[in-house]
Amino acid sequence: MPDTSTEVAIATTTLGSAAANIEFTSIGSGYTDLRLVLVSSDAVGGLITMQLNSDTASNYSRTVLNGTGTAASTANQTNRTSITIGPNNAVSGLWSLYTVDIFSYAGSTNKTVLSTNSVDQNGSGQVGVLVGLWRNTAAITSIKLTDGSNFATGTTATLYGIL
Amino acid sequence: MAVTKVSNSGIKTGVLKYDSMLAGNAAYDPAATWLIQRINGTGSSSTITFSSIPSTYTSLQIRGIVRTDSGTGIGASVRLNGDTGANYASHQLYGDGTTAAVGGAASATSITNGGGLGFGSTTAANIVGAFILDIHDYASTTRNKTTRVFTGRDDNSTGFIRVGSGLWMNTAAVTSISLVTSNGSNFTTQTTFALYGMKG
Repeated sequence: MPDTSTEVAIATTTLGSAAANIEFTSIGSGYTDLRLVLVSSDAVGGLITMQLNSDTASNYSRTVLNGTGTAASTANQTNRTSITIGPNNAVSGLWSLYTVDIFSYAGSTNKTVLSTNSVDQNGSGQVGVLVGLWRNTAAITSIKLTDGSNFATGTTATLYGIL
Repeated sequence: MAVTKVSNSGIKTGVLKYDSMLAGNAAYDPAATWLIQRINGTGSSSTITFSSIPSTYTSLQIRGIVRTDSGTGIGASVRLNGDTGANYASHQLYGDGTTAAVGGAASATSITNGGGLGFGSTTAANIVGAFILDIHDYASTTRNKTTRVFTGRDDNSTGFIRVGSGLWMNTAAVTSISLVTSNGSNFTTQTTFALYGMKG
């Protein structure tokens, strides 16, 4: 049987020094979906946001469901300039896991994403799921993650294509 | 002494010879995920069915985008092997931006926690919901089957996000999966579901 894997690692970035942004560019259109996996910390708890195709206008929205260990909450945010993926890990040396599935990223519909975040801080933190929308029918060719408090050295992001 | 020539002339008659270096052994395949089938909505059917699913994988995943031809926020139920008996159960955790809630069903005729996954005709054009369904150990003939679903939709006005588990109280290997809209509306041509098999 030939190698017919339908999930392919397109690119991986591991930060050698703290940085505010991680960006994947020149994403080809040869897949059905994209999956972004992020292992991250910033020792502050800054918010991680995502913009697509460098669009900084108010074309994003999301609906989120979070659990903190003491309560569940939900929120809906409209007309945003980015999709908030979740809080970064506020404890130095602890790492959080985030996944972002971007569906039909090269298709003709507006772009819907499903995302998870697992942020445990040994007594605090959260687990969260969200759906996000980018109101644009263009094929996605770049993804930019931002943490205003800077992603910590060692933060790793991998972008997969799913055929 | 160095080997300077290799010949098969001395091989006994009746001994199988191989032209391939694989010599009858299965090739190593590092792939972990395979696309089994993709089905698009037709605009005239409320059901999408994956059938004749081979038993050669460890787990299955269906991924897709969803829109239907009526209503606002439709759901979809899941049936396995065409079973319409009261052999399903489910639990769910969901939020709509205002209320975080839980729910569940027992002895149901389908796994019903696909609710809120898609948009209907009353939503702005070109906006779709998203859907991921996992079925683990689907080929087992000794275990009941457990599923996990992750669905969401957002139209910059309303939204719905859901995670859920499902149970099919049957030990048969899963050979078909049907997704059925909850309100009888039809999957539009913007709907696409893809079935993947996973190993490892």
